[in-house]
Amino acid sequence: MTSVATSQEDHGHHGPAKGLMRWVLTTNHKDIGTMYLWFSFTMLLIGGTMALIIRAELFEPGMQLIEPEFFNQMTTMHGLIMVFGAIMPAFVGLANWLVPMMVGAPDMALPRMNNLSFWILPFAFGMLLLTLFSEAGAPNFGWTFYAPLSTTYAPSSVTFFIFGVHLMGISSIMGAINIIATILNLRAPGMTLMKMPLFVWTWLITAYLLIAVMPVLAGVVTMMLMDIHFGTSFFNAAGGGDPVLFQHVFWFFGHPEVYIMILPAFGIVSQIIPTFARKPLFGYASMVYATSSIAFLSFIVWAHHMFTVGLPLATELFFMYATMLIAIPTGVKVFNWVSTMFRGSMTFETPMLFAVAFVVLFTIGGFSGLMLAIAPADFQYHDTYFVVAHFHYVLVPGALFAIIAGVYYWLPKWCGNYYNESLGKWHFWMSFIGVNVTFFPMHFIGLAGMPRRIPDYALQFADFNAVASVGAFIFGLSQLLFLYIVINAIRNGKQATAEVWENPEGLEWTLPSPAPYHSFSQPPEVK
Amino acid sequence: MQTRQHIARTTAKHAAVAVMMFGFGFAMVPLYDIFCEVTGLNGKIQESVVQTPMEVDTSRNIKVQLVSANNAQMPWRFMALQNEVELHPGQWKQVGFWVSNVTETDMVSQSVPSITPARAAQYVQKSECFCFQQQALKAGESKQMNLVFTISPDLPDDIHTVSMVYTLFDATAFADPQQVVTAAN
Repeated sequence: MTSVATSQEDHGHHGPAKGLMRWVLTTNHKDIGTMYLWFSFTMLLIGGTMALIIRAELFEPGMQLIEPEFFNQMTTMHGLIMVFGAIMPAFVGLANWLVPMMVGAPDMALPRMNNLSFWILPFAFGMLLLTLFSEAGAPNFGWTFYAPLSTTYAPSSVTFFIFGVHLMGISSIMGAINIIATILNLRAPGMTLMKMPLFVWTWLITAYLLIAVMPVLAGVVTMMLMDIHFGTSFFNAAGGGDPVLFQHVFWFFGHPEVYIMILPAFGIVSQIIPTFARKPLFGYASMVYATSSIAFLSFIVWAHHMFTVGLPLATELFFMYATMLIAIPTGVKVFNWVSTMFRGSMTFETPMLFAVAFVVLFTIGGFSGLMLAIAPADFQYHDTYFVVAHFHYVLVPGALFAIIAGVYYWLPKWCGNYYNESLGKWHFWMSFIGVNVTFFPMHFIGLAGMPRRIPDYALQFADFNAVASVGAFIFGLSQLLFLYIVINAIRNGKQATAEVWENPEGLEWTLPSPAPYHSFSQPPEVK
Repeated sequence: MQTRQHIARTTAKHAAVAVMMFGFGFAMVPLYDIFCEVTGLNGKIQESVVQTPMEVDTSRNIKVQLVSANNAQMPWRFMALQNEVELHPGQWKQVGFWVSNVTETDMVSQSVPSITPARAAQYVQKSECFCFQQQALKAGESKQMNLVFTISPDLPDDIHTVSMVYTLFDATAFADPQQVVTAAN
């Protein structure tokens, strides 16, 4: 802890630079974390607007508002923006803010690279979003961009999409390496691996998943680029390639990606529940091992996305059983959260409400995942709204609720002020009702056979679609309330104490609120 | 100073892993082909076998359905001369496909085979197939393309029907001068 600590001390006495250039040139983990979070919130609103366009079109059968081609662009862009622009950067933002404070480090290990990994993102997504205004239109092949839809039949804007994915991939890999380097090298003395807060643990594992699979994603889009522009045939059967190969390579990335979007959420919830149950986390070590097992299993289950492409029986069985195996470590985690709450002195402040909702609703998403894992049944569910219901249950009341819970939980530490608790509760209940009204009926229309990614549908699906659309608008608009609550807390919230909550655990609560611009220039002592 | 060195080492190591994984993505391409070849999955039989007389299992008849299909962008006419043939396992059979370039340009084609049920694929052996090479036709030309194959007597008893589908792709853009078989010969 010598050079990094001392170099920070040199300018430790002054605060952030003034003006706009502070944000462009900053290498401070707190500034960069803040920018990541605002960026991801902006993307959430853009991607959410696209979702509302989709739901408005699906409010009743028939074509009302938009052309089918534009509908396809909306489903594609909604998926890409939410996955790569909203959820992932939000987690990186939280990691930037919290990992150094939680392990007692003065900053991230590679502060300049940190600046670069953030500033790549606005350009990546700017490029992706600008395709909407091009003559060819935005990418329209679904966020999974299966070849040959994304190669032979793609709009010419696909090249911008490919470079966009390259950029965000580079950003994620640099972010992941930075987090690993911070956790492995900058922990305060006494902070052994098995003393690290679970948020740090889950992020360490997530970072390893990122450096393992983001390059594979970069590889698969590079293959597309070569097929489109350089006459190769990775995915073109005419030249000896195979479109099914695309799906194998894509899902080899895609399945670990799913866990990249949920493991940090597990970490956040594991921080919040003990605070409001006023009991230490039940089964800390088993949480660490369960998270590692989930990460390992995520590499050997990818073909469960491809049960219907014509896999042989043995392969279907292998991927079916391997997928079901994931339910075990996940069950361990849910058990531990419930046991942490069991006989605790629980209070239900906004972060806790979101965390408890996470546990319940993520479990519903987990169960529908288990149903989809059954290969013979998947032939019925494949590409229906049941799949849409499943992954929205794990990503919206799963990942997104955890992020929101985390923002409420740490916001007083970040800005020094409490948010308005009763508005927070309003936000929670509107989100909770909205999310369930939106996505629960999708299970029914999916089981009844409504395919996903279509702008029009048969009459028998009309009622549930109307209900889902109403829910979507409730959910979407309630996020504007969230924006108001956060701004209100920053501007004129009540001054927060250093501890913020009642005896929360973790080094970040030993710092004053708001956390000083430079923290832990001298490493804290960890018992 | 030590911390800085550790950070540099950690960064270099993990950057190397990322580069390796980029390579692994590309390595999945040949691995995929090897996997399909070893397991006979995907009905991708690209290897010609020498026609050897096998013990013919006269106790059963296998119905072989021959299906021709055109890829979306392939304007040629393409059809199997017989829709269905029967053979005993181990018996060699020759069948023909008729193909006609109805366009006004010279083109090169590539057929891609697929066998159903998939687990029958590993028992199908071909000594001659138009799918082994690209096939070229001048504008307006037609020809018959042959397939000589057998089904090994080891074929599981419960399989009575095997479908062999050939999909014709426009491979003009990928024409390989050493592989192209023209109508002239």
